[in-house]
Amino acid sequence: MAAQRPDSPLLARSQELWLLACSVLTLVPGVEHIPHWLTAAAGLALAWRAAIWWRRASLPPRWLLTFLVFSGSLGVFLTYRQFFGKDPGVALLILFLVLKLLEMRRLRDGLAVIFLCYFLLLTHFLDAQGLDVAGFTLAALLGITAALSGLAHAGRPVLAHLRLSALMLAQATPFMLLLFLLFPRVQGPLWGMPADAYSGMSGLSDTMSPGSISQLSLSGEIAFRAHFEGDIPPKHQLYWRGPVLRLFDGRTWRAGAQTEKVSLPDTAAGTRVRYAVTLEPHNKPWLFALEVPSSAPPAAIVSREFQVLSKLPVRNRLRYEMQALPDFVPGAEESQASLHGYLGLPANNPRTRALVWQWRREAATDEAVVRRMLDFFRAENFFYTLTPPLLGDNSIDQFLFETRRGFCEHYASAFVFAMRAAEIPARVVTGYQGGERNPVDGYLIVRQSDAHAWAEVWLEGRGWLRVDPTAAVAPSRIEAGLAAAVPAGEPLPFIVRADLSWLRQIRFRWEAVTNTWNQWVLGYTPERQREFLSRLGMREPDWRKMTAVMAALCGLLLLGLTAWMLHNRTRLDPIVRAWNRLSRKLSRIGLARKAWEGPADYARRVTLARPELAQPLLAIATLYIDLRYGRLGGKQPIQKLRRLIADLNITAKR
Amino acid sequence: MQAVASFQRWLFRLYGPEAAPIVLRQRRIYVLPTGAGLAYAVALGFMLIGAINYNLSLGYALVFLLAGLGLVTLLHTFRNLVQLEISPGRTEPVFAGDAAHFGLCLLNRRPTGRPAISLRLAGGDWISADLAADATTAISLPLPAPRRGWLRCGRLTLETRYPLCLVRAWSYVEPDLTCLIYPRPEVAAPPLPVSATGELGGRLGGIGTEDFSGLRPHQPADSPRHVAWKAVAREQPLLSKQFAGASSADIWLDWNDLPPDMQAEARLSRLTRWVLDAHALGLAWGLSLPGRRLPSGHGPTHFQDCLEALALHGSPAP
Repeated sequence: MAAQRPDSPLLARSQELWLLACSVLTLVPGVEHIPHWLTAAAGLALAWRAAIWWRRASLPPRWLLTFLVFSGSLGVFLTYRQFFGKDPGVALLILFLVLKLLEMRRLRDGLAVIFLCYFLLLTHFLDAQGLDVAGFTLAALLGITAALSGLAHAGRPVLAHLRLSALMLAQATPFMLLLFLLFPRVQGPLWGMPADAYSGMSGLSDTMSPGSISQLSLSGEIAFRAHFEGDIPPKHQLYWRGPVLRLFDGRTWRAGAQTEKVSLPDTAAGTRVRYAVTLEPHNKPWLFALEVPSSAPPAAIVSREFQVLSKLPVRNRLRYEMQALPDFVPGAEESQASLHGYLGLPANNPRTRALVWQWRREAATDEAVVRRMLDFFRAENFFYTLTPPLLGDNSIDQFLFETRRGFCEHYASAFVFAMRAAEIPARVVTGYQGGERNPVDGYLIVRQSDAHAWAEVWLEGRGWLRVDPTAAVAPSRIEAGLAAAVPAGEPLPFIVRADLSWLRQIRFRWEAVTNTWNQWVLGYTPERQREFLSRLGMREPDWRKMTAVMAALCGLLLLGLTAWMLHNRTRLDPIVRAWNRLSRKLSRIGLARKAWEGPADYARRVTLARPELAQPLLAIATLYIDLRYGRLGGKQPIQKLRRLIADLNITAKR
Repeated sequence: MQAVASFQRWLFRLYGPEAAPIVLRQRRIYVLPTGAGLAYAVALGFMLIGAINYNLSLGYALVFLLAGLGLVTLLHTFRNLVQLEISPGRTEPVFAGDAAHFGLCLLNRRPTGRPAISLRLAGGDWISADLAADATTAISLPLPAPRRGWLRCGRLTLETRYPLCLVRAWSYVEPDLTCLIYPRPEVAAPPLPVSATGELGGRLGGIGTEDFSGLRPHQPADSPRHVAWKAVAREQPLLSKQFAGASSADIWLDWNDLPPDMQAEARLSRLTRWVLDAHALGLAWGLSLPGRRLPSGHGPTHFQDCLEALALHGSPAP
């Protein structure tokens, strides 16, 4: 029935340019996450398409495009060894977009480009969902939607399309809010995730070799935020315990097998610190807790080494509440057998062994050996630096006697090695130290640059004592943070530098806003949704109720918008309104204007019927004709016309 | 087939020609997604699955905003068509075989324009128009006119995909518009039958210029051949040449004088050609058809009367 339209119309040059610009806009933020060859290929294709546009050349032949599709897909497959999953999917989308641009001639192709752009906007969220990304996406959305409206109707000014696009997006926003709040949330993933799904999350690992923590310290990214009930404890107590490392192969420390601790110091006496942590996802099971954790949060355990472990890797922002016992010393009940595991050493680094054996013989107690070692760090010419020299096979010997420049992992590692050489049980603890209080919202922000490694030694009759050898070398690291401790000129992350105080103020504000964003927008999980809706008064919200309410509210909104849009019409021209009033007035004596009558004819007819009205009618008609068809304009003549019509005195025929 | 047609008439409320002005009310506007709109919905579905699978909160927000955009587009497209007024415009007669052009006036009473409205008569081509704010736009819709007589414009489709191509809103109306179609003039017709009257003889070729009798003000219906171009060149107003000689030469174009084996349509076709020629030469002529006789005369009115008589030969008036 509906007659077939001719083939999809060709695109105008202005439309092509818009589409090209939109594609560039959507592609640019993703560049850092795709393989280099694809970046180069996409750049070349875009430049080629732009050149075709500029010189009005013809598009590449179909066989060439087919070849490019196949070779591009092959490249994606060779890069990722699969087509499914996040990264290959994004790569394929980008490939299709640039190749679609190369065959873009008709409206249909233009629409395909637009839809691909919308889809690519979504993929940016895989890497980041901050406020900045949201802002960028909104701007891109405005441009792409304007391009889409340009497809429907070429030849209007760009500004008109942008205005329309902004209007429509503004009208769509209430729908978005309703759907966002009420669409029944499902905890993803829907199916098994490809292995690469969580690549790109950074954080501490459960191994430590020279350089691994100093590498992490270069990142200003936030590891977690903590909110304390009451005051934030002093800095030297802010040791956030992460992986505990026991096994050493001469170069790398590793964690041993973890077993759950049965008896927790939940009821121990002493001061308690209550706090809640919002942990950024890092794709590892460990949670960070202030020393010493008294109990485990839900779906997590505390190990025998007092490490808090989640049952699943942390892949979404996670909030948990904890209590810490800062004065508690654990491990008093350790047996000889269990302590044996903290003494193993590889058979190298002879100079260190010799030195420590000498101390061992001279010292009366284990504690004296610990003190000798710390004095050694203090007295000798050790440096705390982010850029230590590389170390060879006997890394501890080389560090202690030759280079003497190192970051916290060097000091912790050398210290624990020395203790074990003196047959004192010792272990490396990694985690974060310190943090920065945001004065705007009172949260303590802990960044990757606060990553730290320290040591614990077991002393007879006392238990596991924390010893931070870094504090011996660079006390300011503990009291004032990384920026104060390393020499000037080291490549610190921009965000932790101390010298730009006005920048810090801006940063604090920004991070407080980001925190709110994270807690309420990004953290709107199924649990939060249920909690929120019950607080709004929905009893036992389930998906049926949510869907019903959502559909009803969307329908109401749609009705309201329709009514508003249809009502918002015809405001008649004041001149026409005045003229219509004359006709209504004269209709009382049966002289309404006929639909086809012009003003002169009408005035003549009325004058013939009622000669006494000739004078005013002539004036009215002449003024009306001048206003409507002549050059006369402005407010005053219109008012005069109104007055003349109002003053017209009609008395019924005697 | 009959059932389908009557179902469509019921569905789209089509009950024959409608009185002007036709206002497109809400109830006669139909809205459905286009192919592109369906593709958009499918793309949103995939995006939603991606957002769920990777727990992208902003992904949800993006998908929902785009879904809202789809709904808003529906309204905008609908609004682009609703409350539009259609009234008949000027329609000129044409010859069979040409395209008839039906004039329509589209009145937009809204303070905003209505861009990208497409119109089409059943069997004709699409015409696209942008309607300015608070104004009347005259358009003319082509429709092939294969046969002489009255041609009804039939069903008019108005549609729009503005603003985002995702939704199509359309409406069917049947304006009360007809176009007179003259018979198709014969292509290789014999010359005018002046010799039959015997009066003009060999002088036929020069008759139009020699009998020039004077000038009169130009009227829009005058043939451009008769415009006094020299006077125009002297920047005088448009004048038409008048020919006195034509009245002296009475040509009779008679149906019965044509060869007896000629078909009726062929006869009409030849007579049409002759009427055209006689008018172009400024001659006076009379026309005789079975049951109708137009006395000798000349000028645009006589010309149109003759053509109308030829067009409607054998058919009742509409």
